[in-house]
Amino acid sequence: METTDASVVARGRVRELADAALTREDRASLFRFMVMMRTSEERALTLYKQGKVPGSFYDGRGQEAISVGAAFVLRPEDRTCILHRDLGAHLVRGVTPDRYLANYMGRATGVTGGKDGNMHFGDRRLGAVGMVSMLPDMALVATGMALAFKMRREARVAMTFFGEGSTANGQWHEAMNFAGIHRLPVVFVLENNRFAYSTPNELEFAVDPVERAHSYGFAGVTVDGNDVEDVFEAAREAVDLARAGGGPTLIECQTMRMHGHGAHDDMRYVPSELHAEWERRDPINRYAERLTSDYGFSSGEVEEVRSEVRSYVDECAAKALASPMPDPELAATGVFAEEFEALGDGHAPWSQVSHGHNGNGATPVSRRAA
Amino acid sequence: MSGLAAAPTGAPPTETRLMTYLEAISDALRQEMRRDETVFCLGEDIGAFGGAFKVTDEFVEEFGADRCLDAPLAENAIIGTAVGAAVEGLRPVCEMQFADFIACGFDQLVNVAAKLHYRQGIAVPMVVRLPSGGGFSGGPFHSQNPEAWFLQTPGLKVVTPATAADAKGLLVSAIRDPNPVCYLEHKGLYRHVKDEVPEGEYAIPLGKARIARAGGELTVIAYGSSVHLALRAAEELEEDIEVLDLRSLCPLDHEAVLDSVRKTGKALVAHEATRSCGVGAEVAALITEHAFEDLDAPVRRLTAPDVPIPFSPPLEQATLPQLEDMKEACSALLAY
Repeated sequence: METTDASVVARGRVRELADAALTREDRASLFRFMVMMRTSEERALTLYKQGKVPGSFYDGRGQEAISVGAAFVLRPEDRTCILHRDLGAHLVRGVTPDRYLANYMGRATGVTGGKDGNMHFGDRRLGAVGMVSMLPDMALVATGMALAFKMRREARVAMTFFGEGSTANGQWHEAMNFAGIHRLPVVFVLENNRFAYSTPNELEFAVDPVERAHSYGFAGVTVDGNDVEDVFEAAREAVDLARAGGGPTLIECQTMRMHGHGAHDDMRYVPSELHAEWERRDPINRYAERLTSDYGFSSGEVEEVRSEVRSYVDECAAKALASPMPDPELAATGVFAEEFEALGDGHAPWSQVSHGHNGNGATPVSRRAA
Repeated sequence: MSGLAAAPTGAPPTETRLMTYLEAISDALRQEMRRDETVFCLGEDIGAFGGAFKVTDEFVEEFGADRCLDAPLAENAIIGTAVGAAVEGLRPVCEMQFADFIACGFDQLVNVAAKLHYRQGIAVPMVVRLPSGGGFSGGPFHSQNPEAWFLQTPGLKVVTPATAADAKGLLVSAIRDPNPVCYLEHKGLYRHVKDEVPEGEYAIPLGKARIARAGGELTVIAYGSSVHLALRAAEELEEDIEVLDLRSLCPLDHEAVLDSVRKTGKALVAHEATRSCGVGAEVAALITEHAFEDLDAPVRRLTAPDVPIPFSPPLEQATLPQLEDMKEACSALLAY
């Protein structure tokens, strides 16, 4: 994460590439999704403290740029396995904050209808397969979806997220190895937020996990996880490569988990100066500054996004609070499926996708050789 | 390419062919792969080698390496990628080289595959083939009967064919089912069991038991290899014993169990798996809860004891239920 000359050069290149890919509207959208994630999670934490959230509470404070920047690249037909620090990816794909808040409160209108809690959800109608608590199980599920895309010769991509803690588990190796063998169209977004619960990087691995990508036969890149356009650009290259048949990429996003593992965690193990240092790199404030300094937004416009999102999340919270608890009779239903139903497509707000352009520079829906 | 879960066909087959249990499994797989291009096999050494037991022999030649995919030695990868492929509309059939190795893929099976529909409404149409059972000095890691592991996991179906015809019919239904199905194929039956198997499309609904031998004095409730042990015991004893082949452990055919026990008044539950908290315990509880007043004797179990399966032949034979054990258990209940 140190700013070396090389990374400054790289950053300049990233900026140029992103400039070509992102419109003013896209930048406002990236900012808005990050603010929506932060505001929604703040509201959920308040509900938790008010005793309206059963169980526990987890958020991704400080990591908003990663899930928003990466998911922003996807097309509707792409698929996701989104983890517990990545609310932004759900929002980008079309989950609204009321359904997120309702899920936290165990309401009937939550994404899982009360069957599962907190961030253990994914909206199948929006192409997401919800996470399980065992990490990094979803890396294999995403790899399997990518296997299906490759077998059917579809130009589609699976994207999954996980923390650096997940890289210690053997299933991470199994996923990387399998994806590498078959050069599958899967993008692995690794969020190095410095701690696995309380365990720091130096007790997690001897070699940074991004270094391992090469040994699985594909590229690993490290980006500033608190820079949404840096993440976007790395994800764009990775998704392009995957869609064109070039195989997986591991993107390590350097960041910091600014809250405890859960709301019960006082983070006594985090040095205060480290926390303060990352507070200065807050991804939302940094992007707000850049919008005004580099991209011609007025401070009024930036503030307007913040206040519009606040009002929207207020409305969403009211809606979630007004929604019913699930019928207890439903507890015994749904163990088995009666029939197969395909996953639906997610939202794809990036202008180059949503306006019908082919955002990734490849032939639209190209069918490539397996 | 999705939504191909055709209902099991009920049309009576016109032609049959004598097949081994192993050939019937291959036949079911081949037939389903020809019928439905979303069906594919994934497992260790199943491609060029044709599988450790040759179930997928020559599949690569017919279906190509993509649809008979050799996996790295990583069971969680096999199950986990199958989950991903299944939710995307394919119908993976995973082969565990030995049922014992599912322990290495257990997390993906019980935490991801089994719970996805309950938690998220996402169907996971996949089959895990599990060559199980002992009797050939496979030792503690190549002989287990792990069905009870799966039965404690809501969301998994579990089937245990005893005959070649059922091996085919149950595998076809398992592949067409929109849920994860654990298909336990007993290795001891692979080449020793041979019967007439319907040609072409043949599916047996999951959850329907079969009366393998009708009788009036005692019901032996069995599945897999124990069905054959019970049939031989009944023949040799020349007694009026009914043998009920469960075929499917989840869903379990409660009605068939209770109907038979109400008729005979005596029940022996027999399986090769270990005793405690096994299928025998579950079936015994079912009978005492719902047919207590019809019983003329306590429900008894014939099972392996609660030990790992040992290697050396005399030790293994002392562990797995033998024909003499079955005859003794039946005689004792008949005399009760």
